[in-house]
Amino acid sequence: MSDELLRTEGLTRHFRVGRLARQQTLHAVDDVNFTIGRAEIVALVGESGSGKSTVANLLALIYRPTKGEIYFEGRPLSRVKTRRQRLAYSGDVPMVFQDPYSSLNPAYRVSHGIARGIKLHRSDLARQERGAELERVLETVGLVPAADVRRKFPHELSGGQRQRVGFAQALAFRPKLIIADEPVSMLDVSIRAGVLNLMSELRRREGVSFLYITHDVASARYIADRVLVMYAGHLVEEGPAEEVLQRPKHPYTQLLLSAVPDPQAPLGLADTTDVGEPPRVVDPKEGCRFQPRCPYAVAECGKVTPALRSIGSGRRVACHVAEADAPVAAEPAATA
Amino acid sequence: MSDPVTAERQPAERILEVRGLRVAYASDGGAVVAVDRVDLVLSRGEFLGIVGESGCGKSTLLYAISRLLSPPAAIIGGEVLFHGRDMVTLAEDELRNIRWRQLSVVMQSAMNALNPVLTVGAQMADACRAHSNMSSAEITARSREMLRLVSIDPIHLQSYPHQLSGGMRQRAMIAMALLFTPELVIMDEPTSALDVVAQRSLMVQIKELQEQLGFAVIFVTHDMSLVGHFSDRLMVMYAGQVVELGSTRQVFERPCHPYTGGLLEAFPSIHGPKVELLGIPGSPPDLARPPMGCRFSPRCPLAAERCGVVEPGQYDVEGDLVRCFRYENVDQPEAAAAAGAPGGSP
Repeated sequence: MSDELLRTEGLTRHFRVGRLARQQTLHAVDDVNFTIGRAEIVALVGESGSGKSTVANLLALIYRPTKGEIYFEGRPLSRVKTRRQRLAYSGDVPMVFQDPYSSLNPAYRVSHGIARGIKLHRSDLARQERGAELERVLETVGLVPAADVRRKFPHELSGGQRQRVGFAQALAFRPKLIIADEPVSMLDVSIRAGVLNLMSELRRREGVSFLYITHDVASARYIADRVLVMYAGHLVEEGPAEEVLQRPKHPYTQLLLSAVPDPQAPLGLADTTDVGEPPRVVDPKEGCRFQPRCPYAVAECGKVTPALRSIGSGRRVACHVAEADAPVAAEPAATA
Repeated sequence: MSDPVTAERQPAERILEVRGLRVAYASDGGAVVAVDRVDLVLSRGEFLGIVGESGCGKSTLLYAISRLLSPPAAIIGGEVLFHGRDMVTLAEDELRNIRWRQLSVVMQSAMNALNPVLTVGAQMADACRAHSNMSSAEITARSREMLRLVSIDPIHLQSYPHQLSGGMRQRAMIAMALLFTPELVIMDEPTSALDVVAQRSLMVQIKELQEQLGFAVIFVTHDMSLVGHFSDRLMVMYAGQVVELGSTRQVFERPCHPYTGGLLEAFPSIHGPKVELLGIPGSPPDLARPPMGCRFSPRCPLAAERCGVVEPGQYDVEGDLVRCFRYENVDQPEAAAAAGAPGGSP
């Protein structure tokens, strides 16, 4: 792929947990491979504890991988060592955080964080040009009039406006990829759409790629080109957003979809629900990690870890039961 | 005929009646009225959803009903009749007999509502001792039973809150609220800190418990899609006022108030064609200086000249109460149809 921006190869991150005598290994992310193209919005979806945020922290160089490599514009990130190299990378790949109420320093005006970013990352701008750039990014994220907004303190802004400040800070670096970790989950439903629309607009106008991390599959469908589904540290399904979410192959993707509250669906208590939770993957054995919750599990699922395999039209799925053309739901008889 | 959902549960015994409730926060610039003339009636075993954006007075209303307001907030008018007794005038020791036993509250964030240095069991025992004369053995038996009811292994009585997942903590909170099988459980966004899967399973569990134990629920959320499948009636609040109140089915199928229509179209769907969402532009008004006339008029796409001047009353649209001028003269359903649903359903 010529327009590839970022690629991971066997990305793995383990944490050591427990005391000395009983040391165990927590597998937060295991052997994850994906790519993000230029000006592409990729959604990474999964429940709490599925490893989504660990992937975000790995891409942002907050954690270093235990194994595997991340290539950004073809260059391996393990070579990023000096402070200068790190700074250049974090200018290319900034992060927008989940909680706009705690990610902005309440003691400083809106302009502070953005101006710092410009000073650190935009050596191409002369001192006199910085003010204009600051107002330009504020206007780009829809905070107008920028001359007024820049003088405000975070407490004077609503949640949606604060999250826009978060995007303005990221944008001031002139980034290539923004990692947005649950950017709308703390916001009121009525203003989420505005922030989602902002992300698509930034992609269109500024050509920025996004890794959009969320547990809300419906919002992923709304803005993303491609969807990656994670469960217990593994990538279990991947493909074009519309394809994956309209015809999910992996039973876990189906579970995620069934949990979305949908007022357009007929009213009434829907089918069976699942009270399971993603496991804490400590010293895992071989086998599919979703198997204990899976309604379609067969004997093989407990023995062999399913590999992510291609099933055509750009889709990949890691499941022993899922067929290339038939959705799993259509063949529960196969489990008998 | 007009209200099939409530018609089924006749004869309905009213357990809660709120009349003309007003709550104000004292501030430097004078009183800020956060809840303005709210009326509502709740029957035994009913599930009432209250929706609205942050800052519209939902939580203040809940705290006023359960008498949990603390200064600078105070009830400045109206009454809250719980089983015919006015909660507003009850003394603290009388309230103590009602709280937990007849009315309990599940707070928004279980992470903050549970004490991090006490086990779940100790906290449940604490509530039991404060509100009953149960023996230690009875308390343990009761706590185990309640945890089992919310599908948590009773072994977690010995667990500390940080050892439980978010969904389990929230379920433990609900188990505590149900210790005395109260008649009314008030829930303030109990699912907002959870991811969709945990949220869905918790909602289904609340509904099952409600059917099993027969308590009434007041459920507050900002996500309208969440209560669609679970509530009997829905109350939409905006800027401290009730703008729409009706059966859930009716509100979803034919939202009358433009604000309700906006809330319904604010979130993306996983089905059907992809449409561009607009949300509701703007933000709720500053209640210290509420706008003239209809409080929603500055954000309303359908606002007429009069909306910015005169405050609309509540009008009855086939059993739905709507605070919007477009339904002022609607006594017959034909005119309501002519006014058109603001949601613009396809």
